[in-house]
Amino acid sequence: MSLDLVFYLLGGLTIGTALMVVLSSHPMRSVLYLVLTFFLISANYVLMNAQFVAIVNIIVYAGAIMVLFLFVLMLLNLDKENGPKGPIVMTISAVVAAGSLLTVVVAALRDAVIAQPVLPANAANAGLVENLGQLLFTKYVLPFEVSSVLFIAAMVGAVLLAKRDKQIID
Amino acid sequence: MLLATLFESGISIKHYMLLATVLFAIGVFGVLYRKNAIILLMCIELMLNAVNLLLVAFSTYFGKADGQLFVFFIMVVAAAEATVGLSILVLLYRNARTTDIRLFNKLKN
Repeated sequence: MSLDLVFYLLGGLTIGTALMVVLSSHPMRSVLYLVLTFFLISANYVLMNAQFVAIVNIIVYAGAIMVLFLFVLMLLNLDKENGPKGPIVMTISAVVAAGSLLTVVVAALRDAVIAQPVLPANAANAGLVENLGQLLFTKYVLPFEVSSVLFIAAMVGAVLLAKRDKQIID
Repeated sequence: MLLATLFESGISIKHYMLLATVLFAIGVFGVLYRKNAIILLMCIELMLNAVNLLLVAFSTYFGKADGQLFVFFIMVVAAAEATVGLSILVLLYRNARTTDIRLFNKLKN
């Protein structure tokens, strides 16, 4: 099986599942379709020789973040949530807005000239964990540390927000 | 090994640009179309993933790992955003008993 066919299959499936996330009326189905979308995007990463990013994508996105979404969805008991039934004007304007965004970006990118890459010697194993770790702890060590501060802030914020405490709310 | 054959076998970087753009537009459409706040957050995750896909595509196209590291930082921001956003949603649900965003325009007037 040629690689083009794999790409077209994966791309079509990714777009289809992403559309189902938006269009399915049941929130639980949306979450499950989003998990499927993340798995398909991970397959795209594997196709592009970025194995470590693919694994991390499955662990973090499909594993952690989507489980968080599922927890909240089941906790809030939104099973019988009605579908996306807004006024028809809103639907049409959403379609027009997203469609014009897509048209403009595609038209801008169609004639874009991409520089021919000068591949370095170790281009084939750029996505391996050894190479990524080397770069993360040398060149990008400051953003790495800053992201840990961001995590602490998010954690404290989430605990504070989810706390059922009169003193905080008043 | 696989990558060199992928970008030499008729699949150009423009195919991935198109795929990422379509995914991003679907995310934008979802944010405008849906009324459930949880699904809005999911559409934001979808848009972030479209950007991630493009970053990885260019990273492998140029044979440099920097783009893939930016994907990790985007994942960090997405995880933090999902945590805080969902806890705000739980708080809103506790007070209003719904997650419909049409009811959350109280700050308007």
